[in-house]
Amino acid sequence: MSSLNKSTFFKILLSYLPLIMLFFSVFNEFDLNYLKLDYFAFNFVHLLIFFWTLRNPDQLGYLAIFFAGIINDVVIGIPIGISSFCYLILCSVTAYIRNITLSPNFMKDWISLLFTILLINSIQVIILDLIFLIKVDYTNYLINSGFTFLFYPIFFLIFNFLNERISYQTND
Amino acid sequence: MATGRDDFVIAIRSAFLKKKDKQKFSLLTLVFLSIFVIVLSNFNFKAIKFIKLGINEVIYRSSFIASIPENKIKELFSEIKSHMELHESQQQEIVKIENSEQLKLQNEFLTAENKKLRELIDESINSEEVFAKVLLDKDSPYLKSVVLNKGTKDKVKIGMAVIDDIYLVGQIIEVNYSNSRALLLSDLNSKIPSVLEPDDIQAVVSGTGNNFGIIEHTQLDYKEGFENKEIVVYTSGLGGIFKPGIPIGKIDQSSEGKINFFSDFTQLNYIKIVSYNFGEEK
Repeated sequence: MSSLNKSTFFKILLSYLPLIMLFFSVFNEFDLNYLKLDYFAFNFVHLLIFFWTLRNPDQLGYLAIFFAGIINDVVIGIPIGISSFCYLILCSVTAYIRNITLSPNFMKDWISLLFTILLINSIQVIILDLIFLIKVDYTNYLINSGFTFLFYPIFFLIFNFLNERISYQTND
Repeated sequence: MATGRDDFVIAIRSAFLKKKDKQKFSLLTLVFLSIFVIVLSNFNFKAIKFIKLGINEVIYRSSFIASIPENKIKELFSEIKSHMELHESQQQEIVKIENSEQLKLQNEFLTAENKKLRELIDESINSEEVFAKVLLDKDSPYLKSVVLNKGTKDKVKIGMAVIDDIYLVGQIIEVNYSNSRALLLSDLNSKIPSVLEPDDIQAVVSGTGNNFGIIEHTQLDYKEGFENKEIVVYTSGLGGIFKPGIPIGKIDQSSEGKINFFSDFTQLNYIKIVSYNFGEEK
């Protein structure tokens, strides 16, 4: 195991893991929809971008996030650029939080996430519904926001563990 | 107070303009770029159209490859579910088989009679079919659509009907060179002119974003005739896009006015893309 940790390939893979997860999830639109649970959906990409741009922005470049947004729009079939815009708004909020925060606090991050996802989903609904005249289901957006907020602690633990491993490998 | 406002401005400016070591672009640049892309995607210039087509081609194919593991998990879930429901479905199938022989004979007679009557009024409907495979089936909370592996090179056009077996499942809304996107009947933006049988009531079937449809734009008291009846919804053919009589779904007593679609949109694998020519002899 220790020899595996020290291998260059493993180090590179680990450092690119957030990026790989981001692109894999936008290509898949990963939200466990195959479970076919009614009124269950969450946005994994929002959680991923929120955590990494807040805690370790060096692992997830803004340009990559912009392109991930473009891919997401094409895959789900909405006008190109909307998801990129929303993801970058998410990044702006995390950059702002990072600038005004001296010591990171999980609870504050969690509450900020709620406001941020409500903001970006509202922006998305406004653009789709009022500008592009594409009908959207507000309930689905609310449910999606709710579950995304509730799932944050679980993904926080996973991402935090990963972040520690990446930091450990980088400093090694 | 002034210091607090200064801090806020500094934090905002720093968030938008400051680049970290590994960031090549500032947030503000990319935010403006994404707004530019949104505005640009609204125009229908030839160059933009070709860029869009290129992006769609590459991303749909890549997404198909990236979705393979998820699709395998989906298949596994569906197989487990079908095994669990095997006995129940077998009992239902036995009843269906018993009735099907009678229905087949009745159907053959009605089809022949219908053909004869159409000939009498000089009306004929010809169709062209293209078989396609579902490349991407993203049950997105935002848009209910599927990506198919046939495009302009296979003469697929916007507006063509998408049929699963004999049931209508949607309509083509976007066509690229080698693939296309079909909007499913369950999407909020889907509106299909239809007829409710046996009462012969004209209506529009609208998607809800869930796995059922609703009836819109029909006579106000249409529900009065529905008591103790099973209502079957077909396309009416109004609008000249679909032929009349393609089954869409049914409303039974337990569905409380909701249309249960005949086709399961989560299980689409191979479908037919059909265009209809009305009043032309082939």
